[in-house]
Amino acid sequence: MAEPKDGCVKPAAGVLGVPPSKEKATSSPALAAEEVAPKLSARVGHPAPDFEVNAYVEGGFKNVKLSDYKGKWIVLCFYPGDFTFV
Amino acid sequence: MSAVAVKYPELKAMGVEVLAMSVDSRFSHKIWQEEELSKMVEGGVPFPMLTDPGGNVGRVYGVYDEASGVDIRGRFIIDPDFNIRAMEVLTSEVGRNVAELIRQVQAFQHVAKTGEVTPSGWRPGKATLSPDPDLTGKVWKVWKPEQAFE
Repeated sequence: MAEPKDGCVKPAAGVLGVPPSKEKATSSPALAAEEVAPKLSARVGHPAPDFEVNAYVEGGFKNVKLSDYKGKWIVLCFYPGDFTFV
Repeated sequence: MSAVAVKYPELKAMGVEVLAMSVDSRFSHKIWQEEELSKMVEGGVPFPMLTDPGGNVGRVYGVYDEASGVDIRGRFIIDPDFNIRAMEVLTSEVGRNVAELIRQVQAFQHVAKTGEVTPSGWRPGKATLSPDPDLTGKVWKVWKPEQAFE
């Protein structure tokens, strides 16, 4: 069966530039997850951490990569959630 | 978000791209836009709404709150060379000040263009300083703290 063009979950690379996790013989998935969990790296005066994620853009769905906007001034705004009040 | 959307034309005219991001899915973004945002701002919010499931991007930017499982309010100004110039992070009860966001972008753009530096409270048209060895210890002659609030 053909893959749906845009299903419920569309793969996106997530945080980019994180070193690939080393295969380690560990029986604890929690430990393994901790090893690969992205760490805080955003600092003023330093390059913005890049990422690729799913997005809702102009009425449609697409993947957006932060570095696609390189060369422009970017304002990246995080907010706690859709349908919140402030 | 809707306050940023209201000022979007001004930001766009300044050459700024706005990206909004939360842990919600793109489906949630779509319904929020259609059911609510489009009723607060004509045409809805005009910028991309990004998803951060699991908060991994939020962790890297220091805004993910494990206790509530959401990205708290954080705002980052990134310059055309892809360097972060400013960041502001607030807990979720207090909304952001879009006018201050615009002022900071104006200041960073002015600095990038002229090499001058902008004292406290600078707005376009107000006095700037030109870093120079002769200015050392003499800033008081050319700039008064009260000017920050004029």
